[in-house]
Amino acid sequence: MTPVMLRQPRTIRNRTMNNPAPQHRFIRVVWPAAVTLLAVTGIAQMPVFKRYYIADIPGLAWTADPMTTHLLHYLGAVVLLAAGGWMTAVFLLQQRSRWQLTTAGVWRLGLLLGLAATGYLRVVKNLPEFYWPPVTTMIIDWSHLGLAALLGLASLAFRMTGRGAWLAPRR
Amino acid sequence: MCPGRSPEPLITMKQHDNTLSRAPSARGAVNRRAFLTGVCAAGMAACASALPSSADAAQTDSAPAAGTAQPMATLFDLSRCEGCGACVDACTERNARKYPQPRHPFPAMFPARVRAEDWSDKQEVTDRLTPYNWLTIQHVSVTYKEKTYELHIPRRCMHCDNPLCANLCPWGAAYKENSGTVRIDDDICLGGAKCRQVCPWDIPQRQTGVGLYLDLLPRFAGNGVMYKCDRCHDSVKQGALPACVEACPLGVQEYGPRDAIISKARKLAQATDGYLYGLDEAGGTSTIYVSPVPFELLNTSLTRSAGHPDFPPVQPVLQPQKHLAGALMVAPLAGMAAGALKILGTLRKDRDSGHAPAAAHNKEQDHE
Repeated sequence: MTPVMLRQPRTIRNRTMNNPAPQHRFIRVVWPAAVTLLAVTGIAQMPVFKRYYIADIPGLAWTADPMTTHLLHYLGAVVLLAAGGWMTAVFLLQQRSRWQLTTAGVWRLGLLLGLAATGYLRVVKNLPEFYWPPVTTMIIDWSHLGLAALLGLASLAFRMTGRGAWLAPRR
Repeated sequence: MCPGRSPEPLITMKQHDNTLSRAPSARGAVNRRAFLTGVCAAGMAACASALPSSADAAQTDSAPAAGTAQPMATLFDLSRCEGCGACVDACTERNARKYPQPRHPFPAMFPARVRAEDWSDKQEVTDRLTPYNWLTIQHVSVTYKEKTYELHIPRRCMHCDNPLCANLCPWGAAYKENSGTVRIDDDICLGGAKCRQVCPWDIPQRQTGVGLYLDLLPRFAGNGVMYKCDRCHDSVKQGALPACVEACPLGVQEYGPRDAIISKARKLAQATDGYLYGLDEAGGTSTIYVSPVPFELLNTSLTRSAGHPDFPPVQPVLQPQKHLAGALMVAPLAGMAAGALKILGTLRKDRDSGHAPAAAHNKEQDHE
């Protein structure tokens, strides 16, 4: 058996099971790190970490500081969007002929795009010289919150049913 | 606007002669307050035909009505305030219908560290901000340049230009209107008190046992509704003035278009050798104080505590957010460009070494 034959099945299995971007290792670190940071700081936007003693754990006091979590949420979004841009370019230029998005990938991508869109709208609203009617702001807030919850639940469900892969080899 | 009236665009009652002497503390002197109010009300009535009414003044050519959506602001001339409390009473009178009516008993909170905040049996408290008292007067005695000043300082929400409470409210319950008024929607607010935590002056006050959280997870999330000054938004939209401005017998407050108020505040500070607060704090607010003594000095006499705001220097803490917003706009494009450069670099290397792109792909896989 040639080395290629040995290598190929292992590579496909690992990558389709675990990674949104099969061929770039740093994304495997950056992506989940950014998602985790966004999830934690997103939840921290609600004052629950102090209420439920999490901020009392040594080293986690920052989770109850609104300004810190707010700015970290922005920072996480910067990293995630940059990583997303990277993966988009790689997929379009290199992977498209060999790989395709799975159904689970399409769903999560849709939810992520919705999250990014509502996040952008909220960021724009937060600029000092910008004004949006309260109802619009509230719809954006609730949509962002709802999409984040849906994405979390969907990711969990896909993972638990063995459909966690974003990409699969094109047939 | 009636013929002969001043074209002065600001809403003002300052035209009255202020012949009253400054008292060390007029707070609590109900008879004196009533007297002052009565005298000034009579004076105002007598002068009504000669002075612009507040609403009229706001409808001059250069200043649309108070009810319009342009940014409005308030100027407090602290040298005029006698601490009579008419503004506090007027605020309560006009806004009492908006005050919370909590359901008792409150739901038991989980975890037990979460405390209820109940002001429903202390509604008469006026010496601090509460859910039932959105405007309070602080009394300060300070010596400056060998002169002692007894100052009385009306305090309520500053209505920031870029309000932290509204920007950081996770639920969208706090928001800023076009008029510059910052409000909290009591139908939506869950009472998490994040707005109070981030407010540089700790203005919003919580009442437990009221609001949306009772219909959601009353034991586990939320704790009531936050309340604060809404600048009488409803009556202002009808063309009236905020109650405190309207009721002040001494013309301590002026309410008008923000640019005009700022201009007026600057001129007043210059003319009286006074000091400004609220202009730049927190990136700018719609409440400008002019004081005859520096606010740093006032601050030394004010003890900040719950419901008692002080006058701290407040930096625009959301400034980094603006830079990060720019980074957010650039991030996906930068990521795409980096990814494209990486792929193109790989392709070029493969071409130079005579490998086919597919082989290059395998090669890259080998690295993993």
